[in-house]
Amino acid sequence: MEVNVMQDILGKNDALADAMKADFAARRIFVLNLMGSPGSGKTTLMEATLRALSGELRMAVIEGDLFTSKDADRIGACGAPVVQINTAGGCHLDAPMVEKALASLDLDHLDLIVIENVGNLVCPAEFALGEDAKAVVLSVTEGDDKPMKYPLMFKESAVALINKTDLLPFTNFDLAQATEDVRTIHPDAEVLSISATKGDGMEAWFDWLRGKVKAKKDGAA
Amino acid sequence: MHEMAIAEGILDIAKEHAAREKSDRITKIGLLIGEMAGVEEDALRFCFSSLVQGTLAEEAELSIKRMPLVGRCDACDYEKQIENYNFICPKCGGGLAVVSGRELRVEYLEMD
Repeated sequence: MEVNVMQDILGKNDALADAMKADFAARRIFVLNLMGSPGSGKTTLMEATLRALSGELRMAVIEGDLFTSKDADRIGACGAPVVQINTAGGCHLDAPMVEKALASLDLDHLDLIVIENVGNLVCPAEFALGEDAKAVVLSVTEGDDKPMKYPLMFKESAVALINKTDLLPFTNFDLAQATEDVRTIHPDAEVLSISATKGDGMEAWFDWLRGKVKAKKDGAA
Repeated sequence: MHEMAIAEGILDIAKEHAAREKSDRITKIGLLIGEMAGVEEDALRFCFSSLVQGTLAEEAELSIKRMPLVGRCDACDYEKQIENYNFICPKCGGGLAVVSGRELRVEYLEMD
């Protein structure tokens, strides 16, 4: 007997993500799924972002990691509410993990939630978490071939942050080529060159975030 | 290695339909997997084969149909197969939105 199914394999995850997204929309919280390789600078980016914007935006961070609370400790030291998710070896976050973490946050008093995914350029791109947008951090020490090697990650991300530009003189990273490759995969993507440790280019990133949070508040996003 | 999560999703769907049809043996599972679905076929087959041990899908054959990556221009509606992940419209320079190639879907099941 043949049964016609036509059902999405990640349908359960997607349905939960959709429900969470509707809840975020009702509360007008902008939610960002932040992805990138291990060591690309996701946590450093968040530390700098919290320090710069904590006076104007009410932010919380959900930290996904295989083990340890090292990243959550760093975020907590910046004074922001933070929830740690340990995937115990799992290579990505999924919607049920994030839903559970949300119970620890005061959702009535937040403008922005950043979900820092597990360091990985492959798996996280496939799992919706209820976010409004995805962002990817690529550091120049990883090499300029990464957008073309991991196209799904860059196709899914509304903004690509090319980080550690202060190290460009010590690498053979071709910034123009990497930027062009991201735009070839995702013509509408915002590509921002930054150094999260030195502060270069960070104002453009803050403006991008401010714009998204404001649009969400205004009911446009 | 998220293929195990995908294998679990497939088995869940298969079990649901088997229960609905009162079947205790699934013989074949037809999948539609997009070219840009981020799934490594061999890894998926390996995860699936270890996952289904002792279940009603233990002997099920996985039949995988790869769906080509096709984009349509947001601006001029031009449609084309995407090559080398180039999503720029060759006609007008606009962006091509994915119309196919991201599928991760169970198409059909065969059961006794």
